Amino acid sequence: MQTSWIPFVPESASTFASKVDALYFYLSGVTVFFTLLISGVLIFFVIKYRRRSPYEIPRPIAGSHKLEMLWSVIPFLISMSMFAWGAQIYFHQYRAPKNADEIYVVAKQWMWKIQHSTGQREINELHVPVGRKIKLIMTSEDTIHDFFVPAFRMKADVLPGRYTTQWFEATKPGTYHLFCAEYCGMNHSGMIGSVIVMQPTDFDNWLSGNASQQAPAVAGQQLYQTLGCVSCHGANGEGGRGPALAGLFGNKVFLTNGQTLTADEGYIRESIENPQAKLVTGFGPIMPTFQGQVSPEQLIQLMAFIKSLQVPGPPQRTPAAPAAAPAVPAATPGQPQATPASATP
Amino acid sequence: MKAPETFETPSAARVDYLNAQYGLKSWLLTKDHKRIGLLYLGSISFFFLIGGLYAMFIRLELLTPQGDFLSSATYNKVFTQHGIIMIFFFLIPSIPATLGNFLVPLMIGAKDLAFPRINLLSWYIYLLGGIITIYALLAGGIDTGWTFYVPYSTTFSNSYVIATGAGIFISGFSSILTGLNFIVTIHTMRAPGMTWFRMPLFLWAHYATSLIMILGTPVIAITILLLAFERLAKVGIFDPANGGDPVLFQHLFWFYSHPAVYIMVLPGMGIISELIANFSRKNIFGYSFVAFSSLAIAVFGFLVWGHHLFVASQSVYAGMIFSFLSFAVAIPSAIKVFNWTATLYKGSISYDTPMLYALGFIGLFTIGGMTGLFLAALAVDVHLSDTYFVVAHFHYIMVGGTLLAYLGGLHYWWPKITGRMYPEGWGRFSALVVFVGFNLTFLPQFVAGYMGMPRRYHAYPPEFQVFNVLSSAGASILGVGLLIPLIYLVWSMRYGKRAEANPWHLPGLEWRTASPPPTENFLVTPIVTWEAYEFAPPEEMQVIGTFGEEEGLEDADAVIDGRPL
Repeated sequence: MQTSWIPFVPESASTFASKVDALYFYLSGVTVFFTLLISGVLIFFVIKYRRRSPYEIPRPIAGSHKLEMLWSVIPFLISMSMFAWGAQIYFHQYRAPKNADEIYVVAKQWMWKIQHSTGQREINELHVPVGRKIKLIMTSEDTIHDFFVPAFRMKADVLPGRYTTQWFEATKPGTYHLFCAEYCGMNHSGMIGSVIVMQPTDFDNWLSGNASQQAPAVAGQQLYQTLGCVSCHGANGEGGRGPALAGLFGNKVFLTNGQTLTADEGYIRESIENPQAKLVTGFGPIMPTFQGQVSPEQLIQLMAFIKSLQVPGPPQRTPAAPAAAPAVPAATPGQPQATPASATP
Repeated sequence: MKAPETFETPSAARVDYLNAQYGLKSWLLTKDHKRIGLLYLGSISFFFLIGGLYAMFIRLELLTPQGDFLSSATYNKVFTQHGIIMIFFFLIPSIPATLGNFLVPLMIGAKDLAFPRINLLSWYIYLLGGIITIYALLAGGIDTGWTFYVPYSTTFSNSYVIATGAGIFISGFSSILTGLNFIVTIHTMRAPGMTWFRMPLFLWAHYATSLIMILGTPVIAITILLLAFERLAKVGIFDPANGGDPVLFQHLFWFYSHPAVYIMVLPGMGIISELIANFSRKNIFGYSFVAFSSLAIAVFGFLVWGHHLFVASQSVYAGMIFSFLSFAVAIPSAIKVFNWTATLYKGSISYDTPMLYALGFIGLFTIGGMTGLFLAALAVDVHLSDTYFVVAHFHYIMVGGTLLAYLGGLHYWWPKITGRMYPEGWGRFSALVVFVGFNLTFLPQFVAGYMGMPRRYHAYPPEFQVFNVLSSAGASILGVGLLIPLIYLVWSMRYGKRAEANPWHLPGLEWRTASPPPTENFLVTPIVTWEAYEFAPPEEMQVIGTFGEEEGLEDADAVIDGRPL
């Protein structure tokens, strides 16, 4: 695993790795400096001022506010530099770029189920190309897990009942550890896998070699039919008795209680499982709950389908986009009654 | 107590708190804070041995990458129970309930704590909590990790979560009562002349700790109660399957459990202030800065819990605020370290065992504190959280910090507690062994953590083996280093040299009474006319009151206030 010329640093294979390492080296440098400074001074004093006669009484020294201010302010300034540096990288890590490829991750005791937007499924393995931004959309079927790839210096908890994301751009082909880093029960230490980073051409070959599987958006469209969503939300998500779904994702939704929110994975999931929680203006509470009828993976497929209904279409990144998406006229987010949203059937 | 008189004592026939009464009943129904301190000492030592046994199993399992020594289910229980026993039944009560209990009244010149019956009650509550927890361990154990994260603990774990939770819930009240007792005692029972700023820093540290105990402990009690409700009645509080929020649990849990770190380490800092000042015969450099830094830590400690949630789906802005506050809370600790170091300047430093522990503490606490900065720095924490780096960091604080301070304090006050000296040579030797063993155990874990080894792993990829072998080797040395004091301290209770009232020649009030002290601590109420750490020639730091006569109380004229002339 260790190939870097610097000892005790794991392999670095993402654009974040070197940034995190740089801050880590800064922190290590400061730590070593202060540890040596304090232990050096300590040892020097302990030797120099050792007790020479049993009852000697040294002259008391009251203290010095000047010195104390000095060793309060200097550590504070150093720590603020650490804070700012760490926060800056974190902010960058947190915000996935808009054009990232989306990959869905479903965790369960004790395996990682991964599905590419082109339909390839993997278990405990994740194949990704070098140099492309990848966004993971993650959820759990049972307890909390954590998707940790040391070589990418990235980690995020994977929770049941909500979606967490993280993104990365791999820089070096190779096979890297994937660990579950949140204790999840008996076989926690067996919930491991690999991230396989490939050259883009190799990755395309790999993709075509595994192309037989259905893309999540296509599977989602079928679910959309079989669950009967189509009868209220329209064949292409154009809406009807229920609010329109086309163009919903990432746009503002106006609720009957006067609030507005931006439709994200969590909102769509809630609206499927608990439709009465957030009703869209102009629609009644008529949608039945689908809690327990839709698995986390199926939820992801429905979500992929709804996302594929974006209007008007900026270049679609889902290759196997089902059902000509931009069939529905765009709704301007500013007008509540026309705003596409889900929530009620 | 019939050992030959090997050392000059005030009087052979003197009545002290140990020989005032005999029999089991005189111990189990005692209201004497000193005896209660010893009851606590016995019980926490018992729990420490159990926790240490679990640690041994962990290190044995991790010697090889395969999970070949224990099954994964057993291993998960072992590390969970190691954490629960060590944190709730050893570290949290360790210093306050034993040394604090023994010394708070002595150091302020009081006859006892404000509520002696509540003090005894706190021990029984602690014991009840401990017994319930031991029952849970024997019945089948618990495998949730000491953090009890939901929904694993509410829905998925098939172990004794509620029984263990009940044990912790109950023992929490003993913490609250101890804190309450200390606060009232320090406010109302200081001897004449013992002003707030004449108090030894040990007392400031215990005052700050007591505040956290009273304000923080109810929150963990509430959290455990909610967890039990959800597990029993399937009320949807935390588990999203029932409409709950699992991150809410983490907020509640860490709202107590981060301040609890300060419950564990602040009293240790108090001991270190005593040791550094007394064994260098120097007043603490910047007394008020050190005193107020304890209070600052107690207050700021309540505002940083969110740094445990940087990768737990907390909002990015909340993460930034908690990161900022976590860096801020590091400053009072840094001040302490610098002021301790400066105290040594131009001192008269002795190399007695307690001082060796204190010096070791400063070095290890510096490393422990500085590595905390790695975990407060957001982007680095993303990589490090839930790895062995975290394990190493908090062991540097809790073992390198609290345990070393506790051992240092135990040696320092041992003559006062038992009336006997511990063997100095063995003391120094074992302090060295502990220091070496500790570093060998936990330094490699920092590296393993940055290399990416996750914590709570029963089996691990082979490239991490080298770090784990080092760790296990270090743990064996550490174990030996901890067994040696256990043996010689027990030995010294019967065979140690008899201790004088003031074997270290120090000005503190606890040294102005006999060793061991009489039940009422001081035969006459002391009047304090000196500042903390105001050193004087030994003849001026004499015992207050006359011992050796049963009617010592009448000798009010014998008061020597000990003011250096």
